[in-house]
Amino acid sequence: MADLLITGGRVIDPSQRLDRAADVYIKEGKVADVAAGLAKKSGLAGAPRLDAAGRWVLPGLVDMHVHLREPGRENDETIAAGTRAAARGGVTTVLAMPNTEPAIDNASLVAFVKAKAAAEGAVNVLVAGAATLGQQGERLTEVAQLVAAGVAAISDDGRPLMNSELMRRALEYAHGCGVPFIDHCEDLHLSGGAPVHEGAAAAVKGLRGAPWAAETVMVLRDIALCELTGARVHIAHVSAAQSVEALRAAKRRGLPVTAEATPHHLALCDADIEGYDADFKMNPPLRSPRDREALLEGLADGTIDAIATDHAPHGPGKKALGLAAAPFGVIGLETSLAVCLTRLVERKILTPSQLAARMSAALASILGLKGKGTLRRGADGDVTIVDPRASWTVEADFESKSRNCPFLGLRLKGRAAAAVVGGRIAHAL
Amino acid sequence: MAKETSSAQGVWARKDLLGLEGLSAQEIETILDAAASFKGAPVSDALASRTVAFLFSEPSTRTRSSFEMAAHRLGAHVLGFSAASSSLLKGESLLDTMKNLEAMGVDYFVVRHETSGVLEPIAGLVRASIVNAGDGAHEHPTQALLDLFTLRERKGRIKGLRVVIVGDILHSRVARSNIHGLRALGARVTVCGPATLIPRQIERMGVRVSHDLSAALEDADAVNVLRLQLERQKQNLVTSVSDYFQSFGLTAERLKPFPDCLVLHPGPINRGVEIASDVADGPQSVILDQVANGVAVRMAVLSLLDQARGRG
Repeated sequence: MADLLITGGRVIDPSQRLDRAADVYIKEGKVADVAAGLAKKSGLAGAPRLDAAGRWVLPGLVDMHVHLREPGRENDETIAAGTRAAARGGVTTVLAMPNTEPAIDNASLVAFVKAKAAAEGAVNVLVAGAATLGQQGERLTEVAQLVAAGVAAISDDGRPLMNSELMRRALEYAHGCGVPFIDHCEDLHLSGGAPVHEGAAAAVKGLRGAPWAAETVMVLRDIALCELTGARVHIAHVSAAQSVEALRAAKRRGLPVTAEATPHHLALCDADIEGYDADFKMNPPLRSPRDREALLEGLADGTIDAIATDHAPHGPGKKALGLAAAPFGVIGLETSLAVCLTRLVERKILTPSQLAARMSAALASILGLKGKGTLRRGADGDVTIVDPRASWTVEADFESKSRNCPFLGLRLKGRAAAAVVGGRIAHAL
Repeated sequence: MAKETSSAQGVWARKDLLGLEGLSAQEIETILDAAASFKGAPVSDALASRTVAFLFSEPSTRTRSSFEMAAHRLGAHVLGFSAASSSLLKGESLLDTMKNLEAMGVDYFVVRHETSGVLEPIAGLVRASIVNAGDGAHEHPTQALLDLFTLRERKGRIKGLRVVIVGDILHSRVARSNIHGLRALGARVTVCGPATLIPRQIERMGVRVSHDLSAALEDADAVNVLRLQLERQKQNLVTSVSDYFQSFGLTAERLKPFPDCLVLHPGPINRGVEIASDVADGPQSVILDQVANGVAVRMAVLSLLDQARGRG
């Protein structure tokens, strides 16, 4: 367990309403002290140091929507490469989604991912367990055993449960076992596998469009089932204005529903899709400018609790098939913080403290993680150091094994200068 | 890119014809003018040393025949692939197939594919000229060009014409290419059909939307009737063929108040589904003119692309 003294930075920790110059001392992997002048204490003279002058010091970022692809699709991503990508993006904890091959639907597969992550992971890896066997939407997994094996959430991400009765039972089990259920909201009949949003871009390109309602009808269903069961329901990658409105109303009524949005839905809309470039294809699709505005409003007023990437690597070649035929998904771990700094903080949609909350504390709270999302004494020594002035251009030199990024070539302001995991430096510029 | 142009050849500097979106009025008129001269003198040896390969992953009789005839009349060699060999035409291997044929000396690819936009990422990666003969629901530029040619021939102009496109706009590459071409040349376009077959926000393409064919035909100079695929019934996009014909079929009765309105159809015709037989064969129909003009238009496209590729 490592010691580290982070000196001279601006510490921004919304969990303690902290925003001031201070040093952070991590002892044996845990936060031991946050105070000004620690660097001068004689007792800490020998501790390894990380200079954070001119930088922001945040509780380590958590990304609760990441596809590490291992086991089964190691050409697209591995636990090793995916966690290196996380560290480079300033993310110190990821939640790995269960739609691997095979799906993470039993305790031994959970153990496999955790062991592999412990041996090869650059950052903390949490595991989400599948809701149904093989994510086939037919038989529930042994949820209690998955939770005993350490899953942080249950989800059939990417394979929405169209059967509402089954969804109800899955929620009841997740609730009983004390973990949230993360749902990818999509009515598969309404969306029809469409590669883009049903709007102007689909009309011109001659592509089938997925209407916003394909998402919102399922958000509304989940809100009803949340109320019926009392389960904690987390809505993944919200994309439509009407979904934001439904969530706002549900939260007003005090239901235990939470939500995330991705950096690409916050930064882009369907008008930004370049030709038939499949690096702009993901599910849910980039929607209209109006939807994007609603997401920003929802993020600012707290209707959307968290930012998560839906990092979805697809290896070389697969995206060359073009918008219509390529698989859904884009990578995001290495650009999420920088895109959010550029598009949200720089444009005054969020304060630096609000951004820290939406990328760290809120996710720790949704997942019930003790010691994450905060720099309180005794918390895990996970820290993200931000250089708010770094100006850089997104290039295809990713740590991820894949390059399917819609932000390639974009000029960004701000990036992760370092990522500290349990007091160890996992990444430093 | 070449800028020099003689007045006979007009403005053309593109290697490929993937669609009409983004073409200028001048570029489109260059093709139509060249087509007019080929129509007057339908044999040439302009492409005597060239090879044209056909890659069709969907069946086609008339478009393919028309292109083949155009290539023959220009003196080119023709290399054909049938729909049965379409496993060569899936996604990535389409590029591999083209690269291989190009290495054998193919100068043109005339491609039909069921996937919208499939040619866009490929065009920049091959030296040969690519002509889009229809990609998914995206574009079918030579069909729209022959529609424009026929309209211009009959009406003397395109600018200011009112054109109605009726039918399955949602799935129609003919509709999209026509909209781009007609708008570029200054025509006014109304798309008409049941709400299920009109894409949301199609108005962004600069067209009006109507769900009432008789109202849409008021003052129309031409109506382009799209083929209705019978599978739209199974998808519940159309309730029944007879119900569709009642509402959107072009009948003599519906057309009677508008004797100056030309009737176009890209073929093949479903008689009694989207158009009544007597209208298809009637005095206002220019459907066979379209077919005849298609060969001249495709000769014009192939020869213009050859010149641009030669200069590039």
